[in-house]
Amino acid sequence: MLVLGIESSCDETGVALYDTVAGLRSHALHSQVEMHAEYGGVVPELASRDHIRRIVPLTQRVLEAAGASLDAIDAIAYTQGPGLAGALLVGASFAQGLAVGLGIPAIGVHHLEGHLLSPLLADPRPEFPFVALLVSGGHTQLMQVDGVGRYTLLGETLDDAAGEAFDKTGQLLGLPYPGGPEISRLAQQGDAFCYSLPRPMLNSGDLDFSFSGLKTAVLNLVHKNPEARREDVAAAFQVAAVEVLAGKALRALKQTGFHRLVVAGGVSANTLLRSRLNAEAARVGATVYYPPLALCTDNGAMIAYAGAQRLLADAPAADGVFTVRPRWDLSQLQAA
Amino acid sequence: MQILALETSTEWCSAALWMDGKLHLRETHAGNRHSELILPMAQQLLAEQGVSLSQLDAIAYGEGPGSFTGLRIACGVTQGLALAAGCPVIGIGSLSALAAAASLETGAVGVLAILDARMGEVYAARYRDGVEVLPPALFKPEALPSPEPGECVAGTGFFAYEALLTTAWAGQNYSVSAQRYPGAAHIAQLAVPKLLAGEGHSAERAEPVYVRNKVALKKRER
Repeated sequence: MLVLGIESSCDETGVALYDTVAGLRSHALHSQVEMHAEYGGVVPELASRDHIRRIVPLTQRVLEAAGASLDAIDAIAYTQGPGLAGALLVGASFAQGLAVGLGIPAIGVHHLEGHLLSPLLADPRPEFPFVALLVSGGHTQLMQVDGVGRYTLLGETLDDAAGEAFDKTGQLLGLPYPGGPEISRLAQQGDAFCYSLPRPMLNSGDLDFSFSGLKTAVLNLVHKNPEARREDVAAAFQVAAVEVLAGKALRALKQTGFHRLVVAGGVSANTLLRSRLNAEAARVGATVYYPPLALCTDNGAMIAYAGAQRLLADAPAADGVFTVRPRWDLSQLQAA
Repeated sequence: MQILALETSTEWCSAALWMDGKLHLRETHAGNRHSELILPMAQQLLAEQGVSLSQLDAIAYGEGPGSFTGLRIACGVTQGLALAAGCPVIGIGSLSALAAAASLETGAVGVLAILDARMGEVYAARYRDGVEVLPPALFKPEALPSPEPGECVAGTGFFAYEALLTTAWAGQNYSVSAQRYPGAAHIAQLAVPKLLAGEGHSAERAEPVYVRNKVALKKRER
């Protein structure tokens, strides 16, 4: 089965073709980061306006790269939520129009289910069950994953997402938007132990997170030490955030008794997080799985993949009726 | 010639099928349920007339101005359908469709079409004999040009500011059309000459016309 995947929930337009036998055939992505940088953050209306300009050319590029014709597509998967309502509607409208036009089913996919299952696109791929740490600019969650659609929330952030804390700290240090990757880059030249920042909720005994206090601590540090090197502050922040993420992920493994940890979302590209998790997991005999590096951020491949898993279990009605779900709890999903 | 037309720029939702001069129409008050309604409406029209997508000569969509989200639903659905059907697409302005309906109703040659743009503003354009003489633009209601003699005024934008405008335009010779919203019927009809003139284009070039383009301030503008 050949599935076209379409992602447009935030500031990246992603399209991909996934074959349930041959694997990922092709994928293409357009990031709006530069456009939003001038505004200091994602402007939802501008995001929607860009998605609708990109979605057809990206689809054509993906088909061309795979050497596939439109007629070869068996189904279309698109991100139905959560995300920006207007942005989601662009992908949904195009996907549904195309599906009706081709006479094939279209299925709405949960964005986080896409991220959660994206390490299954890597080689080697994890077996179920596993613990998943989802870390991005919009989400920080620990999930118990027993199978497709069988997700139990173990813990989540009570305020800012981890990626958001990276971005906001970057902004505080006067780094260009998005601050997250800039922080990581700067931190490589810094001394993480020059300053001591709090590890919020690290020993709270549960699996929830809080990052807004850490962000405030950085703000206070910079105010009290105006001469502080940005490199050192970035390094101190990064090590604090990573320690909390790794500590909670390890606690989740212990609590579930699982030996597989899956890490997905934009922050999963962070090298310090990866080395820390790999080292700590190895100590307890667990293995950490990541999506291919190109599929850490939002992309169409994970949507095509998650959609395919659902379609293998059950085909939706091809009636062209659609809605988007800007707020959609992952635990509301049914098992496939 | 067979053209499918979709219009979702206001709280109304309509689809029309033009078949060599005969027009088949579906329209409903949709509120904000356009995404649930537009494709089934189009499919029903096609099925009733026994027309398949591959038989269409073009797909026309209401390009705006109007509700940003609504514009993208018609445009996105059109992109998908047209890519699958392999046919050209044509964007038709919502104000021109409204003006065509008003002109048909009142017999007026000149129409000042006005749609409510929310946030204390309106979109307006002027047409004479179906030709655009004042392109779609954003106005404060008090800054709208007054109607020319014999002109007809149409659209939600007039009714939203009726008291203000009738006072400002007292003594002017104009009529008021009952037409408030653009519809797919006139989107389809206006698409016919455009298609004949070779103005149909590929799905990737289908894009809404927002008119209101300043939607956020850049950091250096704050």
